Amino acid sequence: MSATQAQSSNDPHKLGHGEVPVSERGPAPKRIVVAYGFWIFLLSDFIMFAGFFAAYAVLVGETAGGPSGAKLFDLTLVGWETVLLLLSSFACGMAGIATIARHRFWFLVAMAVTGMLGAAFLCLEVYEFTHLIGERAGPGRSAFLSAFFALVGCHGLHVALGLLWLMTMMAQVWAKDFRDDILRRIACFSLFWHALDIIWVALFTVVYLLGAGL
Amino acid sequence: MFGKLGLDSIPLDEPIPIAASAIVALAILSLLGWVWKRGYFPYLWREWITSVDHKRIGVMYCVLAAVMLLRGFSDALLMRSQQAIAYGNPGYLPPDHYDQVFTAHGVIMIFFVAMPFMIGLMNFAVPLQLGIRDVAFPTLNSVSFWLTASGALLVNVSLVIGEFAKTGWVVYPPLSELRFSPGVGVDYYLWALQISGVGTLLSGVNLVTTILKMRAPGMGYTRMPMFCWTSLATNLLIVAAFPILTATLAMLTLDRYLGFHFFTNELGGNQMMFVNLIWAWGHPEVYILILPAFGIFSEVVSTFSGKPLFGYRSMIVATMAICLLAFMVWLHHFFTMGAGADVNGFFGIATMIIAVPTGVKVFNWIFTMFGGRIRYTSMMLWSVGFIVTFVIGGMTGVLLAVPPADFVLHNSLFLVAHFHNIVIPGVLFGAFAGLTYWWPKAFGFTLDEKWGKRSFWFWLTGFYVAFMPLYVLGLMGMTRRLGHYNVAGWQPWLIAAGVGALLIACGIACQIVMFVVSIRNRAALVDESGDPWDGRTLEWATTSPPPIFNFAALPDVRGEEAYWGLKSAAREEQRLSDLPDYVAIEMPKNSPTGVVSAFFATAMGFALIWHIWWLVILGFVGAWATFVVFAWRDETEYEIAADEVERRDRLRREGKAALLGVPDGATT
Repeated sequence: MSATQAQSSNDPHKLGHGEVPVSERGPAPKRIVVAYGFWIFLLSDFIMFAGFFAAYAVLVGETAGGPSGAKLFDLTLVGWETVLLLLSSFACGMAGIATIARHRFWFLVAMAVTGMLGAAFLCLEVYEFTHLIGERAGPGRSAFLSAFFALVGCHGLHVALGLLWLMTMMAQVWAKDFRDDILRRIACFSLFWHALDIIWVALFTVVYLLGAGL
Repeated sequence: MFGKLGLDSIPLDEPIPIAASAIVALAILSLLGWVWKRGYFPYLWREWITSVDHKRIGVMYCVLAAVMLLRGFSDALLMRSQQAIAYGNPGYLPPDHYDQVFTAHGVIMIFFVAMPFMIGLMNFAVPLQLGIRDVAFPTLNSVSFWLTASGALLVNVSLVIGEFAKTGWVVYPPLSELRFSPGVGVDYYLWALQISGVGTLLSGVNLVTTILKMRAPGMGYTRMPMFCWTSLATNLLIVAAFPILTATLAMLTLDRYLGFHFFTNELGGNQMMFVNLIWAWGHPEVYILILPAFGIFSEVVSTFSGKPLFGYRSMIVATMAICLLAFMVWLHHFFTMGAGADVNGFFGIATMIIAVPTGVKVFNWIFTMFGGRIRYTSMMLWSVGFIVTFVIGGMTGVLLAVPPADFVLHNSLFLVAHFHNIVIPGVLFGAFAGLTYWWPKAFGFTLDEKWGKRSFWFWLTGFYVAFMPLYVLGLMGMTRRLGHYNVAGWQPWLIAAGVGALLIACGIACQIVMFVVSIRNRAALVDESGDPWDGRTLEWATTSPPPIFNFAALPDVRGEEAYWGLKSAAREEQRLSDLPDYVAIEMPKNSPTGVVSAFFATAMGFALIWHIWWLVILGFVGAWATFVVFAWRDETEYEIAADEVERRDRLRREGKAALLGVPDGATT
């Protein structure tokens, strides 16, 4: 033990390969493997969104004589959506702290708050969509609106599925407590929830902020 | 109640699909009856259907691929015979049916033959080569497989209920839009591919994580077998490319189901965006299929030349270069779009650059053989046949990469000849070589070489006779997907191509005989050492078939070609390695999650195709409930006692001691 310590202090960057390099230390622990795998999945999800973003960028000008984003987007509404979603991520972070503390009650409270904020976000989005359709600016009006509804709706669908997952996670913790596999799932859920924020930030910027100016 | 589905959905007026599906249904029913009567069903359920063992799942992927190969090949025979006779007459296939046949042929061969074959072989061999006990997510692996099977099932259901797409395998709009394809054919295509696509994506995530995070101690990146490297590249491509397909098909689905205008003719829709998007997935897909085959050839050539792979590190660089370049050439599929000389020039040059790393690989295989003690087994024949034929296909590919030439050859049979010239020797020969190579590892006995070699010669000559005429026809101006024609000069070439297809049919027949003969003679073909080919990588270190836990103790890897190193050390020291301390091993429990969730996914897909909305909801809730039940399990693993591990490992050591002619010190 002391020999290894001596070596690592002489050779902090392990240039002498005195210790076993990370890549040769054998299978990683399950916690790492699961989070890593889920990250890979999230990256693939980002690529799917990139497809919808690309389609939106191509079609944004194709209004076919219909309304453009400048006429349709209500930045106040979208601002509130953003606030709700970011607050729900904050609550999700609180659930993470409760998890570290293994405090079931506060975990459930924080997750419930996360879920309610997410649901409120969805309600605003559904309101926006129905409002647009009511104004004859539904997805069938023009290619621009098709791309808009698909991109924003895809994010909304992710939030909706996330809510289903969230409730399932709450039920799991309530019924089974912080079991190892459930802890790993909580980590994945929180990665997922925060990833949806990243998407939203891009979406808010590319669709609404840039769109309102067009 | 049943949406668009009615009794008139069954095409009773078309004799060919009805007869074909009646035969298939009869075959399936008699197989099920036989399984039921012999009492095999509980065994199949326990040991295979619900298995989360990567080896079993790999085998099931290959079985799926083999069955679908028969389906896809019968479509090929239909097309070849139609074109051989349809000069100046409509032939025997009505256009409506012929169009479904060429679409189904492409879809099945790519998605349900080539993909499951490669994923199956990767599933089987990668964890063994990495010296570990399973993939990162064993149950997810089972889900992936069953979702793929679910997609294949939907494609086959379209034969009897409704119709399949008549649009060609990449369903270009506006033809694939509701206005021009009002039937359910395109919907079958969309949902079958979305469901199996989820399976493929999850399988990609699983294998990337496995390779990057779960290697045996000492197995650094530059010590991984070549097949693991190419598998890594393939699965990275799956993770990066399949989501594009998901998004693209989702857009077409929205167009068809909810009146969106992504790709329609009206209101600003853009068809060329579809073509761009689908090929942004489609070109990487080509490398997804061929890279694992490159890995198989690398293993086979090195093993049967008795030499380490020549230029191992350059092979890694070439693999990763192809992985990257795969995303930079998609536009060469539609130079005729008219993007302009500069854009076409860029993509033409990028395409030609891919020939460089590929050429590196070809030379590496040749130099591996050079000076080696080559054993011409059937696997080696597939590999050499591949190298020669693939180089020809590669050269016609570089020719097509020249935009002006492509303007002449676009959509002609020259193109059809080119991609078959790549995919048949590249992917299929690779799959056959891999199948023969790893068969003894999976089942404990080798395949009959005589029939394997016969099959190779039929396939090789059949390939040349079937596809060289298509190059000529392409240069004569024949476009692809023609149901009938009135140019007399084409017919002799098309008859020749038909003869080639029959030769390939003989090759497939030889393969079926090979399986039957080998299973009958399995006692004589048994592999007791676990190392029938004098292998170099870790899968040969364990028994054939391996125990469920693969390795009693994870191997300690000291360099490239880990198992060759172990063998050399044993020969040198005239003893096997020291006995490890045997400890109990935890393995994941089997689970019906995969098959049950795929059952609900199939129901949901079918319901979406036919607009049966209550069943859609039922399918979704069922799939979700399946995962909840899985999440609620209290016991996720079971233990294999140390005694049992030791017993299995002693058997392994006896085999190795006999193979190497050294005393197994530990057994005495």
